[in-house]
Amino acid sequence: MIRISGLHKAFAGSAVLRGIDATVAEGKIVALLGASGSGKSTLLRCLNGLETFDAGTLEIAGFSLDPGVHDMRTLQGLRAKVGMVFQEFHLFSHLSVLDNVTLAPRVARGTARAQAEAHARELLAQVGLAERASAMPRELSGGQKQRVAIARALAQGVSVLLLDEPTSALDPELREEVREVLRKVARGAHTESGAGLTILLVTHEHALAHELADEIWTLAGGAIAAKSER
Amino acid sequence: MHSSGELGWGADLQGGEPYVFESPTQPGVIIGFEVEIAEALAHELGVRAKFHQNDWSNLIPSLERGDFDLALNGLEDTPPRRARLRLSRPYFVYGETLAVRAGSSLHTLAELSGRRIGTLNQTVAQELLQTQHADVVLYEGQQEPYLDLNQGRLDGVLLDHVIADRYGCGQPGLTCVKEDLARGTYVVGMRPSDVELAARVDAALSRLLSNGEIRRILERWKLWDARQAELSERAPKPVPSAPSMAVPVLPSAPAPTKQALSAAQLGLFFQGALLTVLISVCAFGLALPLGVLLAVIRSHGGRVARFVATAYVELFRGTPVLLQLYVLYYGLSPLIRLGPITAAVLGLGLNYAAYEAEVHRGALAALPRGQAEAASSLGLSRYQVLRHVLLPQSMRIALPALTNDFVALLKDSSLVSVITVVELTKRMTIVAVELRDWGVPGLLCAGMYFAMSFPLSRLSHWLECRYQSA
Repeated sequence: MIRISGLHKAFAGSAVLRGIDATVAEGKIVALLGASGSGKSTLLRCLNGLETFDAGTLEIAGFSLDPGVHDMRTLQGLRAKVGMVFQEFHLFSHLSVLDNVTLAPRVARGTARAQAEAHARELLAQVGLAERASAMPRELSGGQKQRVAIARALAQGVSVLLLDEPTSALDPELREEVREVLRKVARGAHTESGAGLTILLVTHEHALAHELADEIWTLAGGAIAAKSER
Repeated sequence: MHSSGELGWGADLQGGEPYVFESPTQPGVIIGFEVEIAEALAHELGVRAKFHQNDWSNLIPSLERGDFDLALNGLEDTPPRRARLRLSRPYFVYGETLAVRAGSSLHTLAELSGRRIGTLNQTVAQELLQTQHADVVLYEGQQEPYLDLNQGRLDGVLLDHVIADRYGCGQPGLTCVKEDLARGTYVVGMRPSDVELAARVDAALSRLLSNGEIRRILERWKLWDARQAELSERAPKPVPSAPSMAVPVLPSAPAPTKQALSAAQLGLFFQGALLTVLISVCAFGLALPLGVLLAVIRSHGGRVARFVATAYVELFRGTPVLLQLYVLYYGLSPLIRLGPITAAVLGLGLNYAAYEAEVHRGALAALPRGQAEAASSLGLSRYQVLRHVLLPQSMRIALPALTNDFVALLKDSSLVSVITVVELTKRMTIVAVELRDWGVPGLLCAGMYFAMSFPLSRLSHWLECRYQSA
């Protein structure tokens, strides 16, 4: 579950988020639409502590965040439950596909290598990349990279998934393979419990938003201008 | 000399008081008893004396090259020199004086076998000590051996009485053995081809001795003593057949002609190369992790830590490594007594750490910000982000610069000879002077450095390719 109350955020004096109040119920999918610069990405980054904020409170996956600098231990706990997928993939270029997916479970969670790799191979199979486990990121197409990034974000058994324009950096013909993976994820196929994942999807693709989301929010001028249920 | 009306004479100002040195009250003015002897000589010959500054160890090669006409700077009369040069009659009698720490029982040459004894490079004392199988430690300046003796790094220092009296015997905690362990003379060195000049210099020195001018000069410098009575006894040419006192005759080397590199010298070259590698590898082994740590602090640390790391980098980059080695080895010796090799590794390592810090800071800054964000967003701690995501990538970016620095370090390691370490370059200069040949030892030395650095560049190239294709 995600609960956002009175969230304010300014960069160098210029307000980006001006009081956001919204809730995403457990297992629901919300698509966040809005023009470039409307604060969509900033909202997403506040939710997993990549950005601090100036006022309001956030509750996410059982953790709560306050304005100002966050406690590192809280953040680490939160991030183990909240996966993030970036527009530009950000795969670790020195690690193979398999190692990209197993890094956090092994290093941050202390999962045994064999167990982490078995789980990673399952996830890679689900995103259709079982054969590329030993490839290096630079040998992959953009669509493949984003599918690895999705597997990586899910590898710790997260309950919330934040997707920051996951198809925007891709050539149009590569987007469908990522959409296909997102559909699978949306059906809740990847959570450990089998229960649905709570997803916040920032996107420009209206069709995708309407296809996947239970609810669509439109952000404008740093506030939610419209909410519509499907 | 005849054409120019000048008598060029070479000496090293670093030899210091009372030989040839800059006047402390009038900078730029050269004074010393040898300055006065050179001027008296020139006066006798009806020309002007012109001083040429020359590193003492290379005084003879420079004389042979024709840089000046006379080598006049505490040059001892020895059979090898006599075979190589034309030597004048003596102008000074010196005694080899042994300085020890107060309470030491050492007082004869024979007792020095196996002991750590300091002296200057290319001196008679060095040869004397080597024939006694002492563990000889070579210095370039005359104050440092006494400092090391005081610190307990040496068991004794054997040097001419002129140096011992001024720099050693008077120091608290040190004492000098009263009797000279050997005696010898200072002479003027000339090229073998300068037959006529040599005859005129000998005649002039004889006149200066008989008319009391040399005595007056030596008295002015408080150097006239009982030893100097031998001056007029000593014949101009052959080495005295018997010592005038119960002191050993100066080393009688086998008739030295221009020699080839011996197997033993080649062995010493390899030893020097090994030491160069050892010091470089250990120093880099210190510089690399320390540099990475400094880079991480500078790019991720708190304000105070960042300030300290920045100050470290600026201090160690902004001052010469030679100075740092001196401070570490001599300056800090009252506080921590480091061995020469430890000090060398530490000095080079601490210095290069500053450079590695900058290389790694640049490499870290070159990484896309998304790498750190993606790693943090997965719940890795700050340390884990560095250890598993940032440093493995920055290390690859830094690799060419690292190899470059290591090759530079390999060559900079020759600087540690100032703190008595005989590494490859120092070995080369020693052998070159022994052989009177810079060509073969120089080429050998260069070849050895190349043999060490070239595989490194290949290794680095291979690693870069591997990372590219992996």
